[in-house]
Amino acid sequence: MKTLEIPTFECETGNYHTFCPISCVSWLYQKIEDSSFLVVGTKTRGYFLQNAPGVMIFAEPRYAMAESEEGDISAQLNDQKELERICLQIKNDRNPSVIIWIGTCTTEIIKMDLEGIAPKLEKQIGIPIIVARANGLDHAFTQGEDTVLAAMTHRCPEYNPRATSWEKGGVGKLVEIDAAQDQDNGFVNRKGQLNRCNLVLFGSLPSSVASQLNLELKRQSVSVSGWLPSQRYNELPALGEGVYVCGVNPFLSRTATTSMRRRKCQLIGAPFPIGPDGTRVWIEKICSVFDIKPDGLEKRESQIWKNINDYIEILTGKSVFFMGDNLLEISIARFLIRCGMVVYEVGIPYMDRRYQAAELSLLQQTCREMRKPMPRIVEKPDNYSQVQRMHELQPDLAITGMAHANPLEARDIDTKWSIEFTFAQIHGSTNARDALELVTRPLRRIRESLVSCRSLSKQAVDA
Amino acid sequence: MKLAYWMYAGPAHIGTLRVASSFRNVHAIMHAPLGDDYFNVMRSTSERERDFTPVTASVVDRHVLARGSQEKVINNISRKDEEQNPDLIVLTPTCTSSILQEDLQNFVDRASLSSESDVILADVNHHRVNELQAADRTLEQIIRFYLDRARKRSTLDRSVTDAPSANIIGIFTLGFHNQHDCRELKRLPGESGIAVNQVIPEGGYLKYLKDLPRAWFNIVPYREVGLMTANFLEKEYGMPYISITPMGVSNTAQFIAQIEKLVNIWAFALSEKRLSYKFYVDNQTKFVSQAAWFSKSIDCQNLAGKEAAIFGDATHAASITKILVKEMGIRVSCSGTYRKHDAERFNEQVQGLCDEVIVTEDHTEVGDTIARIEPSAIFGTQMERHIGKRIDIPCGVISSPVHIQNFPMGYRPFLGYEGTNQIADLIYNSFNLGMEDHSPDVFGGHDTKEVSTKSLSTYTKSINWTPEAESEPNRIPGFVRGKAKRNTEVFARQNNISRITIDVTYAAKEELSH
Repeated sequence: MKTLEIPTFECETGNYHTFCPISCVSWLYQKIEDSSFLVVGTKTRGYFLQNAPGVMIFAEPRYAMAESEEGDISAQLNDQKELERICLQIKNDRNPSVIIWIGTCTTEIIKMDLEGIAPKLEKQIGIPIIVARANGLDHAFTQGEDTVLAAMTHRCPEYNPRATSWEKGGVGKLVEIDAAQDQDNGFVNRKGQLNRCNLVLFGSLPSSVASQLNLELKRQSVSVSGWLPSQRYNELPALGEGVYVCGVNPFLSRTATTSMRRRKCQLIGAPFPIGPDGTRVWIEKICSVFDIKPDGLEKRESQIWKNINDYIEILTGKSVFFMGDNLLEISIARFLIRCGMVVYEVGIPYMDRRYQAAELSLLQQTCREMRKPMPRIVEKPDNYSQVQRMHELQPDLAITGMAHANPLEARDIDTKWSIEFTFAQIHGSTNARDALELVTRPLRRIRESLVSCRSLSKQAVDA
Repeated sequence: MKLAYWMYAGPAHIGTLRVASSFRNVHAIMHAPLGDDYFNVMRSTSERERDFTPVTASVVDRHVLARGSQEKVINNISRKDEEQNPDLIVLTPTCTSSILQEDLQNFVDRASLSSESDVILADVNHHRVNELQAADRTLEQIIRFYLDRARKRSTLDRSVTDAPSANIIGIFTLGFHNQHDCRELKRLPGESGIAVNQVIPEGGYLKYLKDLPRAWFNIVPYREVGLMTANFLEKEYGMPYISITPMGVSNTAQFIAQIEKLVNIWAFALSEKRLSYKFYVDNQTKFVSQAAWFSKSIDCQNLAGKEAAIFGDATHAASITKILVKEMGIRVSCSGTYRKHDAERFNEQVQGLCDEVIVTEDHTEVGDTIARIEPSAIFGTQMERHIGKRIDIPCGVISSPVHIQNFPMGYRPFLGYEGTNQIADLIYNSFNLGMEDHSPDVFGGHDTKEVSTKSLSTYTKSINWTPEAESEPNRIPGFVRGKAKRNTEVFARQNNISRITIDVTYAAKEELSH
């Protein structure tokens, strides 16, 4: 992979608002149906989980806190014994197939040896225990998922090329498949052939979105051999030499590195399948690896663009400012520039220029094609300075966290909560409309002015 | 370590931040890792706050872990000082900083040398106190800081105001209906000629704190926050305080009687006149509050003897228990609070009013208790509302922790005479909805419904029901069906019956209905 030189990179103080990475628990426990998450840390973390992901907690979630008390901090209590007691309780209550320990700042600071304790307890209680250090010292928000998936990469079964006959020929071999079965699925498969590629996609997506992406690839005769994570723990995909992996989300750099270095997989560096443009290039990149000439992709993309034309009319010429908190920013910015928007600034917590290289170059290319200026990319932004910049730039839309949304609205800047992009279905061509539905929502509100004053903030504005 | 799925009270720093951000022009800086500033989200969304929450984090990252904060905290303090020029910066420790054991006081001392703002370190221990205790402590700390300073600089005005006046202590951000309660509280003494000197911390300016002792007395509406401050003011400045919560008709009357007593001590000394609020209370109770009339009305008669379960913070749970029992004749089967450190006082308050008292921080214990009791209505926090949903019992929300829907825009005080109206509505609607819900059952409407076993606790079923007997409970209205079924099983166990026939259900009914 090559890194991309982008002159407009900046790095600020890192005084920005984002969610604690343990919030990944709130979507991962829903994705991995037979899992149980245990967050090891103090009350502060538990209160966050209960308040930020909101009412989901009432649906009897499969996650809990191992709340450390003063005795744990001062090592008066034995960590292993305490964790054993709690994990046995979880086993009795819910009997999960896997327990995932989420290490927090607390366990980091007191240097609790979770990785050391886990294998011992695993043997004792007979349930796999995975340790992910998703703490706010090192990570931001969605990177929590990255730490969990990276840890899970080690648990994927070993890929054995001789296990099944169709894999003998290696990558790219054409295999005759049952054509009748395909017609049932309602998609047209040229020549009734499907490339059996050892392709594993990583990134947690709702199962419907995952099957949409599977279908997109199947249209190009590429079959996906597995997803990390899978719907159930014991369905984890096989990894190893000869397996290609590709990410669907921009925040999974650690997972990518682990699968390359530790599991000897080959990473396909591609932009992410967000927006019809991203989805097309993502498929093209995958196809190119398997020596397949993509068919009908352009036609499909232009069809999607046509379908979302009403939204694009709203967006064209409008400006947007990303404050940055979930690492999806580059991909969404690129998509929005393609929709005709001007992006002033892309704040982002962490920028892996290697993992996001393809995405960055697509961004550059998009800016050129759309004749739009390349946005400033600000890593570790400073929210206070960003608000000052926003006052000067007066963007039509700010994509921001919930801490700033209402105050900005009161100051007459339309906002979209960035958190929604992590929970909504925005991947693939099928969901392009949903993504724009989110972006345009603040811009579609009725503009009848109820009040004559522009700013509804209570604070006096300084000159 | 403790296995926890949910908690009623938040961590200590939340309390400190709630107090600090309630004052005007006070900024809090948290010594915390990235992502711990979710307080801003809570305030901005729940309170629909229009302005930026004056809280920032001095981020603890790997570098801080390796080398200590060094200049970082101090730089952040002076930066805030320059950018926003607050009157006070409160450095707020979190659980992380308490483990790191950095000398935050030292940072504060150094930063206050160079900054124009005052700087203090919130004196709370993360492992020993929760959100509410920390809020109480921080409020006292700030008041003490400014009063001590005023005394040193002899800018303190210790003369009492000419007309009787009071301070209201403990109204603050993210408090349950605090804004509405505050308006009602200002009105309550106001109508009887007592001025409100200051309300703290909500909307208070630090520069006026030196005039706090000018009030004749203090009002502490909630037990959770403000008592420490009131005690301090009593000890140091001889200010009496009223800690009765004016919630419900009789509590409000008591509250006003207290005011009368306190005012008269001074009024008599100053002008040899005595004030009497008897007529005022009478008038309010009869005509402003509908609650007294409501409790006489036929509506309320229908509620007599119905069972309720109550859970919440100490203030609201105790007051609502008293209202239900004494003012509406409802039977409170269980009353409880999560304020463990205030348990003694809570027990005292609800003693003789309810069948059982639970003091716990464990929501499953609360859930199991409610499931066992099967009251006709629950009055609790959002957690109890969800418990009620699962076992099909209506719930009125009376206390934090709460959701955004409990920060209504309309006027909904819980205190004072208007508060009594709101509470009467809340209670009546909860019960009434429950009845409405069940009336189709009475007329045999929803007979396709399965027998509900209203239980959260796992209940091993070892008793057989014959098909005929099984259908028997279906003829009973839904809201008592579960209980009837349970009673029958209890009866069967007691009498060593392993197979329940129709006869047994009737026998059980005869035996157990009294």
